[in-house]
Amino acid sequence: MAKKLLLANAHVPGIRGYEVYRREGGYRSVEKALKTMTPEAIVEEVKKSGLRGRGGAGFPAGLKWSFIAKPEGVPRHLVCNADESEPGTFKDRYLMEFLPHLLVEGLIVSSFALGSNTTYIYIRGEYAWIVDILETAITEAKANGWLGKNILGSGFDCEIYVQRGAGAYICGEETALIESLEGKRGNPRIKPPFPAVKGLWGRPTVVNNVETLAAVVPIINDGGESYAQIGIGKSTGTKLLSACGNINKPGVYEIDMTISVEEFIYSDEYCGGIANGKRLKACIPGGSSVPILPANLLLKTAKGEPRLMNYESLADGGFATGSMMGSGGFEVLDEDQCIVRHTLSLARFYHHESCGQCSPCREGTGWMKKILHNIEYGKGKMSDIDLLWDIQRKIEGNTICPLGDAAAWPVAAAIRHFRDEFEWHVLNPEESQQRNFGLAHYADPSAMHVPVS
Amino acid sequence: MSEQKPLVKVTIDNITIDVAPGTTILNAARTIGGDVTPPAMCYYSKLEGSGGKCRTCLVEVAAGSTADPRPMPKLVASCRTTVMDGMVVKNCTSERVKDARNGVVEFLLMNHPLDCPICDQAGECHLQDLGYQHGKEGTRFEFARRTFEKIDIGPYIQLHMTRCILCYRCTYVADQLTPKRVHGILQRGDHAEISTYIARAIDNDFSGNMIDVCPVGALTDKTFRFKNRVWFTKPVDAHRDCTTPGCCGKTTLWLRGEEVYRVTSRKDEWGEVQSFDGKPGWICNSCRFDHKKATDWVIEGPTVISRHSVISQGHYVGMVKPAETIEKVMDGRTPKLLMDIHSVSEVNTKQEVK
Repeated sequence: MAKKLLLANAHVPGIRGYEVYRREGGYRSVEKALKTMTPEAIVEEVKKSGLRGRGGAGFPAGLKWSFIAKPEGVPRHLVCNADESEPGTFKDRYLMEFLPHLLVEGLIVSSFALGSNTTYIYIRGEYAWIVDILETAITEAKANGWLGKNILGSGFDCEIYVQRGAGAYICGEETALIESLEGKRGNPRIKPPFPAVKGLWGRPTVVNNVETLAAVVPIINDGGESYAQIGIGKSTGTKLLSACGNINKPGVYEIDMTISVEEFIYSDEYCGGIANGKRLKACIPGGSSVPILPANLLLKTAKGEPRLMNYESLADGGFATGSMMGSGGFEVLDEDQCIVRHTLSLARFYHHESCGQCSPCREGTGWMKKILHNIEYGKGKMSDIDLLWDIQRKIEGNTICPLGDAAAWPVAAAIRHFRDEFEWHVLNPEESQQRNFGLAHYADPSAMHVPVS
Repeated sequence: MSEQKPLVKVTIDNITIDVAPGTTILNAARTIGGDVTPPAMCYYSKLEGSGGKCRTCLVEVAAGSTADPRPMPKLVASCRTTVMDGMVVKNCTSERVKDARNGVVEFLLMNHPLDCPICDQAGECHLQDLGYQHGKEGTRFEFARRTFEKIDIGPYIQLHMTRCILCYRCTYVADQLTPKRVHGILQRGDHAEISTYIARAIDNDFSGNMIDVCPVGALTDKTFRFKNRVWFTKPVDAHRDCTTPGCCGKTTLWLRGEEVYRVTSRKDEWGEVQSFDGKPGWICNSCRFDHKKATDWVIEGPTVISRHSVISQGHYVGMVKPAETIEKVMDGRTPKLLMDIHSVSEVNTKQEVK
């Protein structure tokens, strides 16, 4: 049984309320931080912990905090990115829904570390009911003296506000989130300047994911070094994964990044194996934006080592034979699932969510969707596959924000690893309409898979 | 005078120049000019905050600076990246840039209606120039181009949303030149459109400048609509005493004979409004739309179009008549019979045999 830091108390009845949360040892980190630590010491502790951003990019959180500019007389802000819209990712929802006080606690400590007197939670518009849960938690925290003026006599003031988004995936990008929070159209800003210098209302701002901020609580409670001892290498601490797809036990799991992918999928503690006795065909290990991997490359790296559930091991082999940890949306596809259809539904999502600011993403995502639609519905041509490859290549890296990359990678990976399935769709248009399962041979325990191009 | 900061050295396509710190790569390249300058569809030096969106100005930074000579991993938008001392930039010498730019041009033209034969912008359209310079023959896009519902944005400006490339320049004009912006981008992605919400006319003294900044034919002059092709009209510089505050009164009149077909602000070689005394020469709607008689204006002389475009065909100063080449192609022999046709009616009249 792996050690749980975030979800340890998730099943205690009434943990959502303040009384139970406090009784179970809640808000200890605020006491410790505000009474015995300086803001610099907290940043140092987070650096020591090796905590990496849990939103997808995996940037070291302590380093990000140390970048924040500190000009005289200018307020700074901490913004919690709760705009969790990545298809397949729902870990933050679980955390906020069942442990709202954990987030509030993490926010108070982090705000103190960064000197943010006004902190915002920018929450996805679709999570309407969680807004009430969070606001109740904030009110309770305030009533008990954890928020407001002069918290615990430390002279530190802090207020937390919850702001709902209006339903745009792009507002999960930090600068688009800031624009949206300012009441503008959620277009990503052109960087530099980075938010750490000029963010919300032109002030230095740090934007962090919900899980990252919640993880600050155990780091302060137990110390950064003991947090860093969990996990392997640069993948320290525990990570929430939201598993979904064709598995027996979908849900949110907390892992300590030392287990293998195989164990995560097949052990009864986690996903419990593939549903209905089917075989594993492919998996997207970190949310829809990261490259999809076929079964043999998922379980073992190109070097033949077992692949572990952590940042380094999942990225082993680069994009040619690896993937990314991403935001932890673990999507499993069994042998009956069609990769072309799956790629189409992702392409449709990115087309729908592109903000339309820069041309490669605006035009390219729509084009890819249309071509994939043709292939999926039996109207594709062989040349379309190369065309798709060329389009994704021209989007990737040429856009303002990472949405362009996020739209390009799934298509690239699908073609790279499952090209013959695309070709099968083109060559067997009628059969693919009657039996849209694609090819099952990827589930065979074959020799090492060699990716195309 | 504030203290002068030392100039920084930047090398663009193997040409090294000194520029003031804080200059963008694009502006540094513009001081060199020619092919070294990346094209820009959305950046407009007179509009604060513009740029970074169209991605046509992507360049490769081969070395970040003297202090940190690492290359930048991605191509960067030259209009929004400032130069560093010792930076080495590759524009037309980089295959990566060429490839990416071809891609961007393809993306921009994909949903463009290509209705140049009936578009008033044809001849002075930046997308035409861009497509000519960087585009490829033929199209790989086999789907219906997107269309929009037509909306009327007032008596002076015609909006053709299908032609729009979403450069956002017109929104910056409305933000920075007029007291209140009533139009903007609705929707998102490839169904994003320039529109007023809900169906309002854009009514402001300076709204006409949106036409000047529009790089394509999405915003055109209703009073000039379908009247003439730009390359048939002759541009002359003119001015009048305009009483509208903020209007510089210096314009270009586009004449055919004595008739003023169109009034625009004066543009420089990058297709941007010229500056006078350090201020951009924006003009008011009264100058642009209501003064269409040659007698309203003091004509200064013919405009020299420094932009490489078909509109420079209207030049009639400094024109060099091309030399006769027929003798050259005939190996030095002079043709025995050469029809020298000046008008259609002459075709059937008897020609003198030379």
